[in-house]
Amino acid sequence: MTDLAAPRAVAPTAGRRRPLLRFVLRRLAAAVATLFAVSILIFLGTEVLPGDAASAVLGRTAAPEQLAEMRAAMGLDRPAYERYLDWLGGVLTGDLGNSAAGYAAGGESPIWEEIRPKIVNSFVLATITALLMIPLALVLGVLSAVRAGRPLDHAVSVSSLAIISLPEFIIGSLLILVFFSWLDVLPPVSLIAPGTSPLAEPKALVLPVLTLLGASLAASIRMVRAGMVEALNAEYVTMARLNGFPERMVVRRYALRNALGPSVQVFAQNVQYLVGGIVVTEYLFNYPGLGKELVDAVAIRDVRAVQVVALLIAAFYILINIVADLLVVLLVPKLRTQA
Amino acid sequence: MTPPLLRVDGLRIELDSGVPIVEDVSLEVRAGEVLGLVGESGSGKTTTALALLGFARAGVRIDAGAVEVDGEPLTGRGEAAVRALRGRLVSYVAQDPGLALNPALRIESLVGDMVRTHAQSQTGGDVARALASVHLPTDRPFARRYPHELSGGQQQRVAIATALVCAPRLVVLDEPTTGLDVVTQARILEEIDRLRRERGVAVVYVSHDLAVVGSLADRIAVMYAGRIVEEGPAAALLARPRHPYTRGLLGSVPDPGRPRRLESIPGVAVGVGERPEGCSFAPRCLQRTGDRALREMPPLEDVGGGHRVRCFEWALTPPLTLEEPAVPPGVDAEGPLLLVAGLRAEHRGRHDTVVAVRDVSFSIAGGECLAIVGESGSGKTTIARCVVGLHSPTEGSVVLDGTPLQPRAARRPREARRRIQIVFQNPNDSLNPRHRVGDAIARPARVLRDLPQRDAHAEATRLLERVRLPARIAERYPGELSGGERQRVAIARALAAHPDLVVCDEITSALDVSVQAAVLELLAELRVELRLALLFITHDLGVVASIGDRVLVLEDGAVCDDGPVAALLREPEHEYTRRLVESAPRLPRLPEVA
Amino acid sequence: MNVARLRFVRTPAGLVGTVLLAAVVGIALLGPFFAPYAPDEPVGVPFSGPAEGTPFGTDFLGRDVLSRVLWGGRSVLALAGLATLLAYAGGIAIGLVAGYSRSLLDPVLMRTADVMLSFPALLFLLVLVTGAGTSKAVLVLGVALVQMPLIARIVRTATLEQSVRGFVEAAVARGESTSAILRREILPNIAGPIAADVGLRFTYAIILVASVNFLGLGLQPPAADWALIISENRGGLTLNPYVILVPAALISLLTISVNLVGDAIARSLGISTARRRLVR
Repeated sequence: MTDLAAPRAVAPTAGRRRPLLRFVLRRLAAAVATLFAVSILIFLGTEVLPGDAASAVLGRTAAPEQLAEMRAAMGLDRPAYERYLDWLGGVLTGDLGNSAAGYAAGGESPIWEEIRPKIVNSFVLATITALLMIPLALVLGVLSAVRAGRPLDHAVSVSSLAIISLPEFIIGSLLILVFFSWLDVLPPVSLIAPGTSPLAEPKALVLPVLTLLGASLAASIRMVRAGMVEALNAEYVTMARLNGFPERMVVRRYALRNALGPSVQVFAQNVQYLVGGIVVTEYLFNYPGLGKELVDAVAIRDVRAVQVVALLIAAFYILINIVADLLVVLLVPKLRTQA
Repeated sequence: MTPPLLRVDGLRIELDSGVPIVEDVSLEVRAGEVLGLVGESGSGKTTTALALLGFARAGVRIDAGAVEVDGEPLTGRGEAAVRALRGRLVSYVAQDPGLALNPALRIESLVGDMVRTHAQSQTGGDVARALASVHLPTDRPFARRYPHELSGGQQQRVAIATALVCAPRLVVLDEPTTGLDVVTQARILEEIDRLRRERGVAVVYVSHDLAVVGSLADRIAVMYAGRIVEEGPAAALLARPRHPYTRGLLGSVPDPGRPRRLESIPGVAVGVGERPEGCSFAPRCLQRTGDRALREMPPLEDVGGGHRVRCFEWALTPPLTLEEPAVPPGVDAEGPLLLVAGLRAEHRGRHDTVVAVRDVSFSIAGGECLAIVGESGSGKTTIARCVVGLHSPTEGSVVLDGTPLQPRAARRPREARRRIQIVFQNPNDSLNPRHRVGDAIARPARVLRDLPQRDAHAEATRLLERVRLPARIAERYPGELSGGERQRVAIARALAAHPDLVVCDEITSALDVSVQAAVLELLAELRVELRLALLFITHDLGVVASIGDRVLVLEDGAVCDDGPVAALLREPEHEYTRRLVESAPRLPRLPEVA
Repeated sequence: MNVARLRFVRTPAGLVGTVLLAAVVGIALLGPFFAPYAPDEPVGVPFSGPAEGTPFGTDFLGRDVLSRVLWGGRSVLALAGLATLLAYAGGIAIGLVAGYSRSLLDPVLMRTADVMLSFPALLFLLVLVTGAGTSKAVLVLGVALVQMPLIARIVRTATLEQSVRGFVEAAVARGESTSAILRREILPNIAGPIAADVGLRFTYAIILVASVNFLGLGLQPPAADWALIISENRGGLTLNPYVILVPAALISLLTISVNLVGDAIARSLGISTARRRLVR
């Protein structure tokens, strides 16, 4: 005897034709579209706005003929859309252009060669931070939520609220003051010789990692806690207690399981956040990574380099999003059947 | 006489701040017996129900008294000990199964968790048996579904199966059929009845719906303001209620089988923390003599036959008589006021288009009340919105006094907008929380009748009186009013435009039964005074019986039946109508219309 | 709403935050009147420690740290404040239109917002600086542009929620004009979610402005700005730690107090800010 009102979105066979695959493909398509849009944004920002890259490279006192020559060499005398398509074509075929720093030094220097090692360095820094952040945030966030209102929770809440307010360079500067000026146990700059792996100099990594960890950890803890508190207050958790389930089972199987889905998005956001924070942190510690490269390129208006690095970082950003969305869909059954 | 399975003695539950929610509650239920616990919002019935499992929500604590099931105490013990008893000895079925089932677990896990926690045996067979016992499919694919893949009725059955799988001695059900359509509700009630007969469990059924409780319970306990005010065998209590509140409640219950006038209880229910010294009902009581009840709390007195009442004057309570509905004012002879022809309306979603209304036609004469009744999803709200201009139909016409109206309200002439007004269902949403009540009521008068500010506000004050609210409410904000008061304000606002037709979209569905009766009573009077036509949308046949002249029955967006209310309800011809009428719970053994 | 605005001050966090904020803003706005020296005037040996007349020592060019710090707060407050105002002006307008219009405008606007949100904010600012050079205008406009999508999203969601409520539909049925409905029915009811977010937005604007200045891509020397001071004096950390410590402490106090106050306001409105991303 079935019910009169049959549910609308039910029969599991209907949407089961590889909903996950369709979901991934749809997201990839959206990501590619977004990346295109972002590339246009980057291009507009760097080349279409008033402000001349050639004079930035040569300085304001350069002679007009030199400027014209530089512009021609950098290809700046052609119309905007032509330059964009050219550049796009280059990116897609692997030709990322030459850096202005190279031009300034009198030759051509492919950007890819310059930034390849830096990508690795930044990746190492980001990965170590992420690997530390995720477990710490989970543990502290869940514990704070389960013991809401008690001393541990208050301590964590207050300190995390304070830390997330601080810019990375402040956290970094304060850390340098403590560990270098005062305690003298760690170096204030991360001197890593070109060609060597950052892992070979662990001391150089400690402060940058701590700095990056600072605000991202605090933000993650707050969000994990909020998600867990919401799950703990849900009706189905009360119902589990009314069904006589032991508290440990309730927390683990009823609350935590439903708080995990949103937590994935939290971590995705915070890994993205790492990407932003890495720029300032690398600059502060002189760490030879993509972020510092970017700042240096901006300082001398190296348009090509800025475009490439920005596009790379944006692509990475978007990739994290897709992975996170996928994980969330895997963890939350409700979304699976709607996908 | 067998000892009671459930014994509650002097239960007192209060907020952490000391404000009492439930006081002096004592109950007894025997094996195989159903006790109906009845009350409206603020009566404390849900808090009491939770206490039967030794549970109190955050911020609430069980202060005094004892709860014992099969000899085992559930109060005055550590949480771990009590928790071991829950599910095994006594279990609970919550009001909203959609919220009560863990969305991350499959059905087989949900039921299986119960078995694994309390019994030793492995799960497979038990889960299948549990599902079969509530007439759900037992095949693997079904058991592997998630809660959101089930309908509301199926979800509730899963909840019931979970509650029963470990063979508890007592099951507490808290309004388990709210939110389900009438036919599903009837089926679930049948299930519950069958299960208690087969297994001999004791049942406590908490509800605000006297009709539902009346059809299921052996004994009934009525709660008001945290106390039991009347208690006894269901038949005796319903046939001859002794407490004025119970009587008032019975008088408020609409009966789908018999059109009659509803009686309402004057005054407003008292909130937690505002209870007076003596009898909480005394300020509203019509048969109060003198001041004794205001100062002293009446004890529960035995009236005979296991029937107890908490009232000093219970002997004065007259028997319930039901009146014929007031004869509606003569309907306008000249042409219909509103003519709807061939209406077809759709809802365009992201992936698909749902046809909500198919080829619906009807007419309303001036001063007439047409009720449109159907289940949720039948399209009745969409029809209301098309009439008022909030939804554009894809086909068909809405004609007011011979003039066809534009689909969108903004395009209609001002006179048309003035003559048709609407009151919505949700009292929390009908009024802008940032506007004072007086301003809200005055607005249509200013916008649609061009009244200057001062006149409009004078009109607002007059209208407040007309809907039986004190004039000083004009200065308040909606957040300070109760649900019933807000609906009255919404009605006053609609009247401010001096309309000819008021569309009422389920305006009492979110209100307590006694409050609903008061609002319906008000509407009936206003109809006569102002010669208003009403288009009354509802899912409740009982309400139709109390207020409609003619009724339209909708099934899946199409009209399947229509006619005068009395005739249609007494002898429904169409199969769907018959099913609706038969499924609607009604009070047994109510005295015939006088 | 008036009640809510006052209520938050009573909470311990709100009180502490307000007091600290008043102190820091006071220093930033009134500092220049109390500075003993001009901000770009060398008064001693570079990186010398605290001494008579220079309680916090001197910086890398021998200028008085105290004076530079007293002058250095206005820029970040003004720039961040202006940027936040602009972001709200644009964000509210866009969000209202997107949330209420129910037309193609909504997805178009929101997709654009999504594209902007899929790009790290600091990165966007750096890209802008590359194209348009370092100037106050670029900084203000850039920070405003970066915050606008998030504000628009919040306003849009709130507007959508309100637009299906009974009293809004009653107004539509009365035939009131769109602008009247937005003004009378919707705006007053979305003030809550907006107010709950102000703290975070302003904090973030300050962080962004300070970060760009720190990178040397915002205000240029010899401007006195707390973040710039930290940036240009990093080399002398061991010689005179105060030149880093004092502006760092002030920036910290500013951002922490703004965040505390914003959080307290949100709590008094019953909205939790833990989930709101600072969007770095």
